[in-house]
Amino acid sequence: MQSVMPVTIIGGYLGSGKTTLVNHLLRHANGVRLAVLVNDFGELPIDADLIEAQDSDVISLSGGCVCCSYGDDLSLSLQKLQAQDSLPEHIFIEASGVALPGAIGQSLSLQRAYQLEGIVVLADATRVQQSAVDKYIGDTIQQQLTDADLIVLNKVDLLTAANAYEVRQWLLENYAQAPLVNSVFGKIDPETLFAIRQDHLQTEPNRQIEPNKDYLKNHSHHAESLFTSIHLEIDHAVDANALAAQLADADSGLVRAKGFVLHRDNTLKTIQVVGRRWSITNAPAGVKPGLVCIGCSGEFSQESIRALCKLDA
Amino acid sequence: MTTIYSAKKIITMNPARPTVSHVAVRDGLILGAGSLKELQGFGDYTLDSGFADKILMPGLVEGHCHAVEGKWWRYVYCGFHDRMDPYGKVWPGVTSIEDVIERMQEKERTLTDPIEPLTGWAIDPIYYPVKKITRQQLDSISTTRAVGIMHASGHILSVNSKALELADYLRPGIEHNGIPLGEDGLPTGELKGPDVMFPVGQKAGFDDNMLEFDEPGLIDFARLCVRTGVTTATDLAAQLNDETVAMGARITAADDFPVRVMSLRFHHGVTPEELIDHVKSLKVRSTDRFRLGKIKVVADGSIQGFSARLNWPGYYNGAPNGLWYIAPEQMRSIYEMALQEGIQVHTHTNGDEATDLALDTLEVALKKHSNNNHRFTIQHGQLINAAQYRRMEKLNMCVNHFANHHFYWGDEHYDLTVGPERAERMNACRTALDNNIPLAIHSDAPITPLSPLFTAWCAVNRLTSSGRTQGEYEKITVAEALRAITLGAAYTLDMDNEIGSIEVGKQADFAVLEDDPTEVAAMALKDIKVWGTVQAGRVFAASDI
Repeated sequence: MQSVMPVTIIGGYLGSGKTTLVNHLLRHANGVRLAVLVNDFGELPIDADLIEAQDSDVISLSGGCVCCSYGDDLSLSLQKLQAQDSLPEHIFIEASGVALPGAIGQSLSLQRAYQLEGIVVLADATRVQQSAVDKYIGDTIQQQLTDADLIVLNKVDLLTAANAYEVRQWLLENYAQAPLVNSVFGKIDPETLFAIRQDHLQTEPNRQIEPNKDYLKNHSHHAESLFTSIHLEIDHAVDANALAAQLADADSGLVRAKGFVLHRDNTLKTIQVVGRRWSITNAPAGVKPGLVCIGCSGEFSQESIRALCKLDA
Repeated sequence: MTTIYSAKKIITMNPARPTVSHVAVRDGLILGAGSLKELQGFGDYTLDSGFADKILMPGLVEGHCHAVEGKWWRYVYCGFHDRMDPYGKVWPGVTSIEDVIERMQEKERTLTDPIEPLTGWAIDPIYYPVKKITRQQLDSISTTRAVGIMHASGHILSVNSKALELADYLRPGIEHNGIPLGEDGLPTGELKGPDVMFPVGQKAGFDDNMLEFDEPGLIDFARLCVRTGVTTATDLAAQLNDETVAMGARITAADDFPVRVMSLRFHHGVTPEELIDHVKSLKVRSTDRFRLGKIKVVADGSIQGFSARLNWPGYYNGAPNGLWYIAPEQMRSIYEMALQEGIQVHTHTNGDEATDLALDTLEVALKKHSNNNHRFTIQHGQLINAAQYRRMEKLNMCVNHFANHHFYWGDEHYDLTVGPERAERMNACRTALDNNIPLAIHSDAPITPLSPLFTAWCAVNRLTSSGRTQGEYEKITVAEALRAITLGAAYTLDMDNEIGSIEVGKQADFAVLEDDPTEVAAMALKDIKVWGTVQAGRVFAASDI
């Protein structure tokens, strides 16, 4: 089986911060070759110095990243992407504001060259509750949140602590299927949530992930979620499916995991977890076992994950 | 150089002189409509009696169709009803799945390359006893080449096993709402929605852009226009990239190109700001026969595809509400900027909730940029109710109703989609006119056949294909319907100053008919024979086109 290209779908209504997040990801790709498919370029503020070349529907960025507008035909854009000289390592699809990310995920599932890693849905903390009961788009917003594997609650800095707590509770009660993380300006460390470099899998130490420094400079408090990254060492063969399912369990406190494990049949498998969604595929050649797990600080630890997954048994 | 045409009767749509015997033409424009004696006052002329036994009326205006119809005729016609192609051949309707297969097989036998795809269109299995068509049935046409048949609605594609295999869909484990599976766990061959239709459609011979005209297709589309009396037609949703615009301008500029095409920029895929900028740049590239500079917004999906946005109580069969194709905020930005820039917007709504959104949005936008003559038009508006028309009147809106739907899907709407009460008020032309809403009616070709006289017949008689009258109250008169396919449609395109009636100063655009639509029985409107057209003073006989 050929290795497949991992895809993350970014959904959420207009103004929820999808474009800011996409732009942020492109700026902080950290050497990972990203391809970002956006509905249009119009609101994407990419600095000119990052742009190496641009034609009507592809912007090439320094570091091998590309940004493509897919207009009406996502499947055609995905096909074009496969024809590129250097294949991207990770693809993000920015859904349009009224699109249902679950439906995009279904269409993606038809293309065997791609593997859906997860659906991340952004919610504008200042108005998601109101939008969810809007006469026209209420049911669309509700469906988007229902489709999420991970919900990013954005713009929490604009709320009082009490209001932020209320909207968090509302999301937790109504959309319990997805872990919930806070964000400001859509800024989430790309390495934290999405693209984990393969060479980091071996070397990544356990660490506290720093919130965005520019943001801290200008704000006296911060509302972003703090994440902890754990390098999980597994020295024996495991049932990769069972492990992935347990990592994706609601009690794990885990937001994201990626890595390679030795499966019971002695083949190396890639494990992908985003929120409650997990997948197992054959690992690419040349990689070594190693698994990075990321969760909200205080909610999980090396020990709790090992215990939950019965790794020392 | 003045030519005076005499005709058996000239129906002018000018109430001050509703019928005349002669019309004088100079430089492609109407010099006058009246008696020969009146027109002789303009000086030297040539009398042309070629139409002495014909009926002239203003060139027909199709306010909602797609020029891609010309391209689709290169595929095999598989529709249930008879339909005329660009060359005047009437393809008999295929009335059973066996006949569909036989017609496709006939074409198959002419193909020499064993892997060349075979493409059909306009099939409508709702008319067949078993309302589905399967890949196994299409396999009997060919197992070596991809076979695909687009359904009449444009929302479903049926394909054979080879097409599924080429697209890598013929395998277990497919999970997609648009791909029903058979008992064997494999796709049945029915593909619903653009996400799954496009990738497989390409394997089955549809090109990258199933909705956009190409060069030979545009020329064939123009042939159909001449055969149906149309002198101005819309191409209602186009991307209009530079190459398409250049090609459209070049093709339509040919001396023998017989129709004025108004192509609207579809909102999708760009931001409202980019859309407005693009349309402003298009506006100045307009030519006499290739008109640009208007916007088409699509708010929701279709009723028969259950993707239209309906108000309570929703679909008759309990299907969940449909999909938005635009966010309300985007619609508001487009409306506001368009009003500010003097750009006209046509908005596709099918469900009544989508119409509510358009009305709410325009009401707010007009408070910001007041304009009494914006002519924003609801396209389709199939479920508009009386209260919405009353609001539309206050907002100075126009409507272009999909009258052909009564005939093609009326029974389906009655039984399944919206139920009897709402089916009877679909495309409520009577109520629209009673509320003084400027009215056009349309075919949405290639979804239903291009033929404004047939569309008029649909609005006048409201017959379904099973022969039932659906919505007696919403019928309009023949005179009203003839106005809707001429001056009414011209008004919605903001072109009533130059087309839509036969009077001095307007374009010399005529539909040349063999029978008098005001004299034949209302039930015979659709059977009126079209001799051809005169477009900007140029004569086009259907028999030569």
